[in-house]
Amino acid sequence: MDRIDIFPTREIGGFPVRAGTPLPFGASLVPGGVNFSIFSSAATSCDLVLFRKREREPFAILPFPEDFRIGDVFSMVVFGLEEEELEYGYRMDGPWDPEHGHRFDKGKILMDPYARAIGGRDVWGEDPDWSDPYPHRARIVPDDFDWQGDRPLRLPTEDLLVYEMHVRGFTRHESSGVKYPGTFAGMREKIPHLKELGVNCVELMPIHEYDEFENSRISEATGERLLNYWGYSNVGFFAPKAGLAASGRYSMQVDELKTLVRNLHQEGIEVILDVVFNHTAEGDHRGPYISYRGLDNKTYYMLTPDGWYYNFSGCGNTLNCNNPVVRGMILDCLRYWASEYHIDGFRFDLASILGRAQNGAPMAAPPLLESLAFDPILSRCKLIAEAWDAGGLYQVGSFPSWGRWAEWNGKYRDDMRDFLRGEAKAAGGAIQRIMGSPDLYAHKGQGTSSSVNFLTCHDGFCLMDLVSYNGKHNEANGENNNDGSNDNASWNCGWEGPSTDPWVNALRLRQIKNAWTLLMVSQGIPMVLMGDEMGNTQQGNNNCYCQDSPISWLDWTDLERNGEIHRFAKGSVAFRMAHPVLRNSGHFQHRDYVGSGIPDISWHGTKAWNASWSDTLTLAFMLCGKHAKGGSVQDDTLYCAINMHWEMHGFELPDPPPGTRWHVAINTAMGSGQDVWESGAEPPLGDAREILVADRSIMVLVAR
Amino acid sequence: MSDFIATFENGVVKIILEGKLDALAAPKLADHLKTLVGQGVSKVVFFAEKLTFISSAGLRVIVFAKQKMGADVSVFLIKPPQEVVDVVNMTGFEGFLQIQETFEA
Repeated sequence: MDRIDIFPTREIGGFPVRAGTPLPFGASLVPGGVNFSIFSSAATSCDLVLFRKREREPFAILPFPEDFRIGDVFSMVVFGLEEEELEYGYRMDGPWDPEHGHRFDKGKILMDPYARAIGGRDVWGEDPDWSDPYPHRARIVPDDFDWQGDRPLRLPTEDLLVYEMHVRGFTRHESSGVKYPGTFAGMREKIPHLKELGVNCVELMPIHEYDEFENSRISEATGERLLNYWGYSNVGFFAPKAGLAASGRYSMQVDELKTLVRNLHQEGIEVILDVVFNHTAEGDHRGPYISYRGLDNKTYYMLTPDGWYYNFSGCGNTLNCNNPVVRGMILDCLRYWASEYHIDGFRFDLASILGRAQNGAPMAAPPLLESLAFDPILSRCKLIAEAWDAGGLYQVGSFPSWGRWAEWNGKYRDDMRDFLRGEAKAAGGAIQRIMGSPDLYAHKGQGTSSSVNFLTCHDGFCLMDLVSYNGKHNEANGENNNDGSNDNASWNCGWEGPSTDPWVNALRLRQIKNAWTLLMVSQGIPMVLMGDEMGNTQQGNNNCYCQDSPISWLDWTDLERNGEIHRFAKGSVAFRMAHPVLRNSGHFQHRDYVGSGIPDISWHGTKAWNASWSDTLTLAFMLCGKHAKGGSVQDDTLYCAINMHWEMHGFELPDPPPGTRWHVAINTAMGSGQDVWESGAEPPLGDAREILVADRSIMVLVAR
Repeated sequence: MSDFIATFENGVVKIILEGKLDALAAPKLADHLKTLVGQGVSKVVFFAEKLTFISSAGLRVIVFAKQKMGADVSVFLIKPPQEVVDVVNMTGFEGFLQIQETFEA
């Protein structure tokens, strides 16, 4: 039987309407019409503004009658709309009183914060109409995708291997050879590459609607147009970026992205989204009105006592994350992505901001983080914090987690980069990082999967550049090389930039193999950067945020040029995946608790059972296979000798378990074909009691 | 979209599409297909040479044909214009239908 309330009760401006329902927020399809619902705590009145798609002038402006307002929510059902051809916005009237936080302007047309598709930037880089009174336009989408039985994969967190990537940069370069370059559809064509590499999770840099033209300018250095390529500046939290979809011009980005997720899941690959809830694209008081500022400035933004914008994000404003209304929006948003897009997890950009109170002070138990940690719909989602912000809060190891949050482990990057380039003082830190950073997490009762281990990410040098440049080279960004971090812990191996010296290039190749190996033998969640598996370079640029150019785009000819890197990357990934002893969820206990005769982990040096804990460049450790995953599964015993010294060293070997012999799985000093061995094909070592580990190289042995 | 032309014979539904298959046109087509559920449909053939555009709602009718018309129904799209093929491919709906130049019963 049909509902009895699917008929209009009155007309406004010639349109049949009735009072709507406040929940859900946003625009929802109901029988015969669309339910519009929008919140503002301080608006005195509200108009619904309706456009035909891409038309500059609205075809209707419908004021909400006072009796269509419940609490602070305006809601109305409008009947007989062509929802596929519709764009809608709001106009809010209210006080202009910046000192008290109010910046209402009835002249502005405002986007719905709950808009699930947004028009206006339908095709990437296509010049917008700058005079458009409503540049980012809310649209309506049906939520009836056919998932064909798909659901989030729920891979154990400690088994993840994350590939951080930019959807556009992945296939935009002509060498990608895909039919729809730089899009979700293009990425779908390249899933076999991810599968071949062996990663089981992609972390997508922002794919929510952002404005690539924000702060667009021409680089004085190169004459090239600079865009907001990365997208860490949100226009709408609920909408996928149309410009990243080949079908964006047909407004079908939702279907295109969902199909990508479904196809990735079919190949056993999880999808984590990089979410940017710390600020919006509206900037500070000089910025544009897109949505939040004109709807309810005081609610959505953290303001100083005299009404200015706090800037803990470094981007002009700070989302007021622990205001209960904003908290609700963030929760609604993540639930929507988890349920409607089957997203497996989220990485929160500058997540420490999410733990700040409305006055900016850090909180011990932030309600937002607690809500996310215990949410029934997000309960199987991975939650990963970038545990710092631009306001000086640094919380690696201390992010309020309730046992649910993992962290981008910045200390892993810093310590391991130093160790990799031969700084003996980093050895103590490296030991902790290899074990999953128990110094940061064990005392809080958090396991190794709290640590996302990475040497490179989108922010900073890529791996090839880490071993090719001592300093950043960001001239192309047009800021006189003043942007980007100066602290890179990199080493150019003797020559700045590309080199024709075979010795330099051989050393770089070895350092890249060392980096892959260190990541793959460390406890915790390894994360690699798109392109590092094929020696991609960003020409020394460590801050490519504005480079929608070959500097950022993945050059697929690297696969051939750097075939040795690609083969090694695949081999080292396969090695990790073959050995559960590298993927424990609990920390080591440094004792034998299964009766194997050796502890779960033992540290060694150039002498067996004789480790130096600091100021050394020669470290070795043995992992007992019988202790794999807390003794719940059986694995081979592994031994790893790390020589970051510039001279060769002999490493005395501990005895392998009775009845087994050591075999060589990885030797980073060797060339392709002998550097990493497939499981089962590892050559035996013979009866040697000592191995010689070449300068700046790593050997990994397996006992069988 | 002007009215579509539909026939049903020997388990084969043939539909000639013209103009835009969008949110305005799709419900009517879906309603028609619903009347054939349980009638032993084995193939649904959309003749698309004169189709100019297919929207999200239009694609959903095709999914409906594939999933709800009966077990093992094959869906064909005959001679669609390139723009329609692109939309189908970009959004990943190609798995639901077979795109062909002609249809021989």
